[in-house]
Amino acid sequence: MIEKKLWLIVTFHTTADAMAMERKCRTANVAGRLIPVPRSIAAGCGMAWRSAPELREPLEALLQELEYEGIYELEF
Amino acid sequence: MIYLDNAATTRTKPQAVIDAVVQAMQTMGNSGRGAHDDALSASRIIYDTRVKLAALFGCDAPERVIFTSNSTEALNIAISGLFSPEDHVISTDCEHNSVLRPLYRHGNVSFVPADAQGQLDYSEFGKLLRPNTQAVVCTHASNLTGDLLDLERISAFCRENGLLFVVDASQTAGVIPIDMTQLGIDVLCFTGHKSLMGPQGTGGLCIAKGVELRPFKVGGTGVQTYAQEQPAEYPTRLEAGTLNSHGIAGLNAALNYINAIGMDTIRQKEIALAKRFYELVTGIDGVTVYGDFSSWDRAAIVTLNIRDLDSAQVSDYLSEYFGIATRPGGHCAPRLHQALGTVERGAVRFSFGWHNTEYDVDMAVRAIAEVARP
Repeated sequence: MIEKKLWLIVTFHTTADAMAMERKCRTANVAGRLIPVPRSIAAGCGMAWRSAPELREPLEALLQELEYEGIYELEF
Repeated sequence: MIYLDNAATTRTKPQAVIDAVVQAMQTMGNSGRGAHDDALSASRIIYDTRVKLAALFGCDAPERVIFTSNSTEALNIAISGLFSPEDHVISTDCEHNSVLRPLYRHGNVSFVPADAQGQLDYSEFGKLLRPNTQAVVCTHASNLTGDLLDLERISAFCRENGLLFVVDASQTAGVIPIDMTQLGIDVLCFTGHKSLMGPQGTGGLCIAKGVELRPFKVGGTGVQTYAQEQPAEYPTRLEAGTLNSHGIAGLNAALNYINAIGMDTIRQKEIALAKRFYELVTGIDGVTVYGDFSSWDRAAIVTLNIRDLDSAQVSDYLSEYFGIATRPGGHCAPRLHQALGTVERGAVRFSFGWHNTEYDVDMAVRAIAEVARP
């Protein structure tokens, strides 16, 4: 059984963009990790970044310098 | 990590493969560039690998074994090098994007449809035939379900109608016997890093006698320097630029490893693991398995979904909480997902390799039972 939680999800066009995101977040110490893209989100790249919703502000600051597809709040 | 993603790449490589790559990087020069000992040592290992691959695949001459960086590159060389824009090609819904995208780019292509169980009706091949049909391009085994295509039957269809037969052996090369002469295959495309257990960045194509391909790329070959055109002789015709000789040395060691154990032994072990897994997971309430398991003449792949759960979430959960590596989503096989009705949620693929154990299978089954628990 998988328990549901609310997450902030960032999607990308390419794997390279997802790698750039992970590197930025690690450097800036923003918690989260890469996951396979949830089915309710259509995305070009099979990987998405997942963080806790309360990290939206620091994430959005990092995303200003990154290529990404979309940002979503999603319970799954 | 319990690694059950061998259809993507075999993660555990034989130590002899690793040692061969290291030794090559310490000793080998550039094949065909100069005739000093270090260049010759690269040429010798590359040629020896051609000889071994020709023997493995029933290719009639080692010169007709062409090295590429993977199956995708081999398929691109084959598809762009064989067909003119007016040539029509028949393929199937079971293909990976490495076949589909080069064929979509070629443009003149029809697909034998797969049904809702992912199975082909072989009588459909004849219905797609046109006066300008030039070839059938298809996979040996679906990378999504592991089902084998009936190459003998497709080959007979090609022979009857004077068509070329191009096969993508990505999921089978190294574990399921392929004799391209016996099967009437004109071009066989393979990758080195899956069941062949070699390094990533190795692969190639084997070309039957009398089959002529235009080069996809042209450039330095170390021979015929003053000719403006790419040399016409195989393998040089299709191998412009320095080869991945370090990787090829690893692939050579992998072929020795497979030959020493025996492909049959490897296959029996992989299939026994897949069978054990299949029999246990199909007993779990809420598990749906895709493909034809009426015969074990198949690749060691079992792809499934659990109740109505998203495959991405299941795969992530298996990785995060059980340390089990699987692949979710679309697996670069869009047409087969459309046939199976799994476009939206994808499916979770478990693929077994020589280095897996019954323990790996049992842990995966236990984890699936936990996920499937209502």
